[in-house]
Amino acid sequence: MYGLGLLKGLIVTMKNLISPGRMFTIHQYPDRKISPLGLSKLEGKNVISWGINNPVKFLKSLLGLISVPDKIAQSPRFRGQEFTWYEQRCTGCASCAKYCPLGIIKIVTSPSGKAVPEGQKYAIDVFDIDIGRCMFCGLCVEACPYDALHMGSGFEEGTYQRKDLVINVDRLKSAPKKPSTWFRPQLEELGYDPDSGDEITWDQIGRHERPSLSDQEDKWVKR
Amino acid sequence: MSIRTEPVTINLGPQHPSTHGVFRLRVTFDGETVVDVDPVFGYMHRGTEKLAETRSYVQIVTLTDRLDWVSSMSNNLAYVRAVEALCEIEVPQRAQFLRVIAAELQRIASHLMATGFLVNDMGAFATPLMYCFRERERILDLFEILCGARITLSYMRPGGVFQDAPKAFWDNLDALMKEMPIYIDELESLVTTNEIVLARSKNVGVLTAEQSINGSLSGPMLRASSVDWDIRKSNPYEIYDKLNFEVPIGKNGDVFDRYLVRIKEMRESLKIIGQCVDMISEGPVRADVPYNIRPPAGDIYSSIEAPKGELGFYLVSDQSISPYRCKIRSPSFMNLSLLREMLVGWKMSDLIVILGSVDFVMGEVDR
Amino acid sequence: MMCEQAEGLVNFCRIYKIYEFILPSWLSSFTYFFSAITLALTVINILIISTALYTWFERRTLARFQSRLGPNRWGPFGILQPIADVIKAITKEDTVPESADKVVFNMAPILLIITTLLVIIVIPLGPNSFMGSLNIGIIFIIGITSMNTISIFMGGWASRNKYAMFGAMRSVAMLITYEIPMGIAIVGILLLSNSLALSDIVLSQTIPFFIIQPIGFFVFFAASIAEISRTPFDQIEAESELGSGFHTEYSGIKFAIITLAEFMAPIISAIVITTLYLGGFKGPSILPAEFWFSIKVFGVIFFMLWIRATWPRLRIDQIMNFAWKPLFGLGLFNLFSIAIEVFVFQDKVTGFISTSHYWIMAGINWVFAILLFFGITQIIGNKNKEKIKHSYKTNMIS
Ligand code: SF4
Ligand code: SF4
Repeated sequence: MYGLGLLKGLIVTMKNLISPGRMFTIHQYPDRKISPLGLSKLEGKNVISWGINNPVKFLKSLLGLISVPDKIAQSPRFRGQEFTWYEQRCTGCASCAKYCPLGIIKIVTSPSGKAVPEGQKYAIDVFDIDIGRCMFCGLCVEACPYDALHMGSGFEEGTYQRKDLVINVDRLKSAPKKPSTWFRPQLEELGYDPDSGDEITWDQIGRHERPSLSDQEDKWVKR
Repeated sequence: MSIRTEPVTINLGPQHPSTHGVFRLRVTFDGETVVDVDPVFGYMHRGTEKLAETRSYVQIVTLTDRLDWVSSMSNNLAYVRAVEALCEIEVPQRAQFLRVIAAELQRIASHLMATGFLVNDMGAFATPLMYCFRERERILDLFEILCGARITLSYMRPGGVFQDAPKAFWDNLDALMKEMPIYIDELESLVTTNEIVLARSKNVGVLTAEQSINGSLSGPMLRASSVDWDIRKSNPYEIYDKLNFEVPIGKNGDVFDRYLVRIKEMRESLKIIGQCVDMISEGPVRADVPYNIRPPAGDIYSSIEAPKGELGFYLVSDQSISPYRCKIRSPSFMNLSLLREMLVGWKMSDLIVILGSVDFVMGEVDR
Repeated sequence: MMCEQAEGLVNFCRIYKIYEFILPSWLSSFTYFFSAITLALTVINILIISTALYTWFERRTLARFQSRLGPNRWGPFGILQPIADVIKAITKEDTVPESADKVVFNMAPILLIITTLLVIIVIPLGPNSFMGSLNIGIIFIIGITSMNTISIFMGGWASRNKYAMFGAMRSVAMLITYEIPMGIAIVGILLLSNSLALSDIVLSQTIPFFIIQPIGFFVFFAASIAEISRTPFDQIEAESELGSGFHTEYSGIKFAIITLAEFMAPIISAIVITTLYLGGFKGPSILPAEFWFSIKVFGVIFFMLWIRATWPRLRIDQIMNFAWKPLFGLGLFNLFSIAIEVFVFQDKVTGFISTSHYWIMAGINWVFAILLFFGITQIIGNKNKEKIKHSYKTNMIS
């Protein structure tokens, strides 16, 4: 019948208005307003007893004046802006710089003068990643043969000036070590989740495969 | 008595709420009626094809993300298939399944967005759009679990995918598969039977089968004009020949049929994903392909059925690490080729709706 | 100055008495002036504040309809959002296009807000609350609302923008068209109430008129949605087509004024609908009449919002078709049937109709309404099935 479709539409929108189970398109970041119900649940108490004990808080949250920090669940593989880099693992081979499609990684090395355990022959003087131009494709991470460079898990790198967006070697060294598990199956096997806030040290993120010499020959020389 | 009228020329775009990007349309109106249209492209030209000539084969994957940014997975798939065909790489079974799942999820996401914006162009105050985005958001969440990004995914590599899907992905996929049909039903009861939508879209912007074949249209645009052409069926790639699905066909080739074809395709995509989840088996997900590929000299054209139509890559290799030429056959651009046939003679409001039904993304049109 | 009825919340005589009491004798000749100013300021400010609240309410509710959240940051539940909006709007640069007709361009928003505000004068908010009880109230409303068209056209024409002109031309075509079914629907009410004064119309509604004449109510409701250009008749603004229609070029405080007028329009039109069809301020006497009035207005506004959140918009020629074919016909039918019923049931001496007769009329009209509804929907449905390409498809430039 003509006109029925219009009514059906009205019912659908009304259903979305009144049913509380409908998911919101919006996530509130970094904090969200909270109702007395949510607040008491957060403190693990019954609304009524909680309301009687904290009348001021109850009233404030009823008026929508209380907000609590909110965080959206983030996948461990999330490719974030803050690169995680382990100077202990980096040899300065610059594979990452070479494979970056945009060429935004700048590496300058000099002989370190140290005794030479693996990867300590060169000191990294400059390691600039211009994340103002980075597209977070993660190819640099994929290219790194020593698992020294990882995608970070954070995304709060907003600055006022473009030049502050260049991550230099000091910042890389001092940044919290929360690598994303993107392209690092060994981290996934460990069950590591950067979202939990745990840091992970350089010796825990061992290589997922250590090919034998014959394997390597198969793979690279004969081709 | 007839009143003397004078045609008015209006620049629709490049900044306009309904041109879906920086698309400029010089329209001549007689009153409300369109008498001439003159599309102007190129505001978003980023030289993707030229950039590809200076990138290695793996690096180009990141460029394809930015062609049609609402269906990056399909672009990835089209490109890596071209490279694989060029180098004759055998792709592991599990990788093929993963790719098909990802591409079909992307098809749903893309069609959701197309539908939402189409109804929004008809003037619904963003409600269907928001419902569509709510559902699309869930698919993007899945992509985040799968490959760490939501829009520019770069999930696929020549020779497979870069990494296997984590366990959380399968759980969330199951939940999505259960709820998605309900959401699509809800969307349909909001839009499909709505008389205003019918009045605005039925018999509007009609393209006959002959016209659309001659205009080399593809995808839902072509199928709405009752042409049974889907590369997944006619030239099965990946594992599509093992799957059981239907290709929805429209009748009249009007705006409403394009909408309906998209809705039905979403349901078919869900069916495909369900079968893939059942059939997928353990195994490697990436063939043993070196990071720097040097394909043998030669050229190849390979195309897939992207959400918007036939997306093809023509690669010419001169044995170096980057292609000598990379030509992209983008469905959005081809689908716009019949603008004049569709638009002339309709009212201004119809113009907006027809543009919405074409479902083009400027990143792909200008490349 | 006769001032017997000094009750009601908003009443001239009440304010007059207060001023008579407090003003010193040398100012006593200004009592009339002062009380008029006070009344006007009160009502206008109430209206503006309620519009501000309404913008917040509309945004929140629409957002919930769309499963969003809406503005929720500024103050409790974001209720201070309108203040932020206003501050933002008035601190923005006020630009006037170079080729615009400056005088007309600047005048349009002022005219628009004046015409919108003027309607409230004749509305009875309670048995004795009104600004002025005009005995031709309803004609005043029809006249004033037509002025809207002029100011919208002024704004659109003077801005020398093609989008604005499109919106303006559409508004002229559409608003004038919809005045006709509106007027015809109103005549049905006049027949029943025997008066042009709004307070008499309200008082004569022993049962609300929308029960007695459902068809008339439908016609009036549709026409008033079109008059304020809301979905599904919002072709004047048509965000997805024209950007924002006739006020594309307006910015700063002028834009704020236009938005104010635009958001006030649904309130005003809900008020008129309430007065004419929903029994105005009538309600159980436990609560003041003004309360019942606002509840009804709120209900109408919410229904308009609900429609806005759900339906797409019609094309301009479909809108015109809708006005001239179904609405005009329905209006005439309503008028005709009401006239016959009034002729039959009216008390020949006093000219009034008793409540029981009202109920009989309501029964007859509802039967008509349902029959007509099914008939028309069947006809339109069948026609749509066979409809081929539109006839206006032309090819002038090849
Ligand atoms: S993420 Fe991509 S763009 Fe960014 S530095 Fe690494 S390779 Fe370059
Ligand atoms: S981060 Fe990795 S790829 Fe880059 S220089 Fe260090 S070891 Fe080499």
